[in-house]
Amino acid sequence: MKASTSKQQSAPSALNPGFILKKAVISAAVALVLFSLMVGLRTEAGPSGQLIYWTRFGDLATMVAGVFLGSIAMELLRHWWGPVGTDRFVPPVVRSGIAVAGRLVAPVLLVFTLLVPVIFYNQRYILDLGILVLTYVMLGWGLNVVVGLAGLLDLGYVAFYAVGAYSYALLATNFDLSFWVCLPLAGILAALWGVLLGFPVLRLRGDYLAIVTLAFGEIIRLVIINWQSLTGGPNGVSGIPRPTLFGIPLTADEDGLAAKLGIEYSPTHRIVFLFYLILALALLTNWVTIRLRRLPIGRAWEALREDEVACRALGINTTTTKLTAFATGAMFGGFAGAFFATRQGFISPESFTFQESALVLAIVVLGGMGSQLGVALSALAMIGGFELFRSLEGYRMLVFGMAMVLIMIWRPRGLIGHRAPTVYLTKAHAISSDLVKEGHG
Amino acid sequence: MDYLAQQLINGLVLGSIYGLIAIGYTMVYGIVGMINFAHGDIFMIGGFIALISFLVLVSFGLTAVPVILLIVLLVSMVMTALYGWTVERIAYRPLRHSFRLAPMLSAIGMSFVLTNFSQVAQGARVKPVPPIITGGYTLHEGSGGFIVQLSNIQIVVVITTVVLLAIFTWLVSRTRLGRDMRACEQDQTMAALLGVDVDRTISMTFVIGAALAAVAGMMYLLYYGLVDFFMGFVAGIKAFTAAVLGGIGSLPGAMLGGLLIGLIETLWSAYFSVEYKDVAAFSILIVVLIFLPTGLLGRPEVEKV
Amino acid sequence: MSRDQILEVDRLTMRFGGIVAVQDLSFAAERKKITALIGPNGAGKTTVFNCITGFYKPSGGAIRLSHDDGKVIALERLNDFRIAKQAKVARTFQNIRLFPGMTALENLMVAQHNALMRASGFTLLGLIGAPVYRDAEKRAIDLATDWLKRVNLLDRADDAAGNFAYGDQRRLEIARAMCTEPALLCLDEPAAGLNARESAALSELLLSIRNELGTSILLIEHDMSVVMEISDHIVVMDHGVKIAEGSPREVRDDPKVIAAYLGTDEEEAVAVMESGS
Repeated sequence: MKASTSKQQSAPSALNPGFILKKAVISAAVALVLFSLMVGLRTEAGPSGQLIYWTRFGDLATMVAGVFLGSIAMELLRHWWGPVGTDRFVPPVVRSGIAVAGRLVAPVLLVFTLLVPVIFYNQRYILDLGILVLTYVMLGWGLNVVVGLAGLLDLGYVAFYAVGAYSYALLATNFDLSFWVCLPLAGILAALWGVLLGFPVLRLRGDYLAIVTLAFGEIIRLVIINWQSLTGGPNGVSGIPRPTLFGIPLTADEDGLAAKLGIEYSPTHRIVFLFYLILALALLTNWVTIRLRRLPIGRAWEALREDEVACRALGINTTTTKLTAFATGAMFGGFAGAFFATRQGFISPESFTFQESALVLAIVVLGGMGSQLGVALSALAMIGGFELFRSLEGYRMLVFGMAMVLIMIWRPRGLIGHRAPTVYLTKAHAISSDLVKEGHG
Repeated sequence: MDYLAQQLINGLVLGSIYGLIAIGYTMVYGIVGMINFAHGDIFMIGGFIALISFLVLVSFGLTAVPVILLIVLLVSMVMTALYGWTVERIAYRPLRHSFRLAPMLSAIGMSFVLTNFSQVAQGARVKPVPPIITGGYTLHEGSGGFIVQLSNIQIVVVITTVVLLAIFTWLVSRTRLGRDMRACEQDQTMAALLGVDVDRTISMTFVIGAALAAVAGMMYLLYYGLVDFFMGFVAGIKAFTAAVLGGIGSLPGAMLGGLLIGLIETLWSAYFSVEYKDVAAFSILIVVLIFLPTGLLGRPEVEKV
Repeated sequence: MSRDQILEVDRLTMRFGGIVAVQDLSFAAERKKITALIGPNGAGKTTVFNCITGFYKPSGGAIRLSHDDGKVIALERLNDFRIAKQAKVARTFQNIRLFPGMTALENLMVAQHNALMRASGFTLLGLIGAPVYRDAEKRAIDLATDWLKRVNLLDRADDAAGNFAYGDQRRLEIARAMCTEPALLCLDEPAAGLNARESAALSELLLSIRNELGTSILLIEHDMSVVMEISDHIVVMDHGVKIAEGSPREVRDDPKVIAAYLGTDEEEAVAVMESGS
């Protein structure tokens, strides 16, 4: 019996216009009610302080019409494309081609990234974007250890990012320590926080662990905002020194790097330096993670995600295993935070909101948890996409939220659909992500 | 002493609002095992709808306060319930059998959508309203000149909460829907096999939760006189804390938890510091989950090996 | 506790709220022997297991484990992972708990976690690629390969455990438990769901574990053919108490045991026995 590799057959394919129309009308009616007050009317504090409103029935009509048409379009799409989630409609020939090309993606991407400052030397915008993307790649790789490998639901990762950033900022501005001294310190402090925060809550499972980590993240942010004497409160810390190339500053003075090398100074130098710096940090994160995966600790993380009870039955101390995952992820977050502080020169609590945690988590989940390449690709897609939508201003979060919902419906296991084993006798067979558990904390 | 009495009154009123929101969290967690991250924002939407309805009614010349309140209550409940229904249909139902993280991320995404929708649709600025219900009663005049007051709005909030709780308890224990809900909570598959429409029951759970959150939103608007697009986030976490404190899955627990959180927050603000009151609430969540994970009225779970 | 006994359960009691699952249970398992714990469903066997292996904390009584060197460990005071790690008690599960997203080889490597962690200097030596770790890893792979050969799964070493057939999964779970090099192996219904041929292979495997490696085995089982064939000693439970104990033949002919399984009382069982055989 030949298995069909083409479209996954759902209901019989007769197009039913009556049904589609009915669905569209109902959707439009619902939309009308939902949007009637929120969109149809617009309130605002008037000139004398009291609340006034005006009508926007045109906008309301547009939106309802949009929902009507969108509903029809969705039904037609669903009819022609099969139900949502058919990644099986790609024929096997193309799939194996992608698999072969897949092995090349990582090295090609790496080479391309190394050459970005060369190719785009004069395009400050691209370089800045590259630095932003790489920062999130690093954050994604760091959180990947906690969520992707160990299966612990962490919704407060931004806390470690903040600890790293503020540690560096305060150490550098108060004690004049160089970036290279502060960087490991920031990582250690963040890891310490990881252990401190992790220790009391690691008994918790799944959703509870998630909400507690969220609470921690918020507590850190509120403390930063309110402890003005230490952190400067909402005003943040400014005047954070820029990094030096092991002591040689990247400025236009005589002791600057440009002068030493005998080339003309350009502000682009610092940007390029920052680019390679974050790239190095990110690659370090990646290398350490890959190595740790092959060591007993990494394997224990993944086993923890697969089945915690079985781990305990094998004599594995699940508490310390969880703590090491937490601490390692926190450490990388701390490094990224320190980099963030030095790149911006100024930090404030506004950069460390729950939205950041959610963004990094979305990057990890979309990437296909545990997959290094997947996380990198999804960071590129998300941050790149975010930037593309910059022109949309206030609508950005709306689009992001909708994208999160859609991605979860379409590809809940992420872009990369498989896991690579860490040790093998003859051949490494990629394990389909249908088999891999997502962990329960 | 009088100061304390006033704070207790204030705390209980605030707690009633939290309790109403908490019921939504606990019901949804009980029946589908997920934390509805978007629920706090449903509360916020409820507040906005109440606000806009008020404006419209007042601008049409309606002046009878009880009539206005009733209409606003109904409109708010119905519309917000529809929001809750829509969110469930779009973002949660397709993921019901997916793995754990998917509905959570979907919920977070939905939360962003609602927050941002509100921000974009109504502007980012806080919306103030003049006090609609004024006046109150002086309970006690202290020797230090401090007056303990019970305002009319506080009475309205408490009475509304009590009435709704009564209706709701009747709904859960006496009606068919309530029975279906409890059946689905225990064993969805079995309930389906016995003829319970699981999809509809789950939808109704979200709808009821949203309706209660709408009432909470309206009460909040009346009590504090303002709404803003971000109020769902913090209120949501506090209400979830209340649900956990009371014992997740337990309805009286949610109310009890809400009252306690309201009291703690008010007393903390009054006696310690206002800036850190949210930190206090979040810390309670952590402490409760560490030392009393099943909450005050919840059932202890034995791990099955 | 005599030198011959590896495990002594002494007046074990386990309460869940108002329900007494296990009441005053006492029995002993002998070293290098196979002891079976049988009884109708709901007798409390898995509860006893969970107490012995550290998943429940007993409400009363003591559980003593004695190693070859004479050291006696109080199991009721150790909690979960320490029982596997320090007391060297390994177990399998009624519902099979493999790591489905990992290969068979990886599953067996995880079992050797503690030894490998020590050798990797708690990761630090491993991170820098020190030879002491690389040797330890090689030895671990060898042990795993050995066990895969024993359970006939060597050709599937690199396949995901979640893809294995049911019978293979059971054998893999036993191999994984054995990779922790335990003194006592506890098996929770290892023959459940196996057909006659697979059950026979299982019996052979367990006998070889006892004979060649000298590991003591404690098992819960419903499949009487396996129990009767391999057990040296049987303990029978019903409604949380021990109702019989002895060699397979003694237990098989005990009217109390028959009554418990038939759900009747003792006199009727005796009558059935006398009329039948």
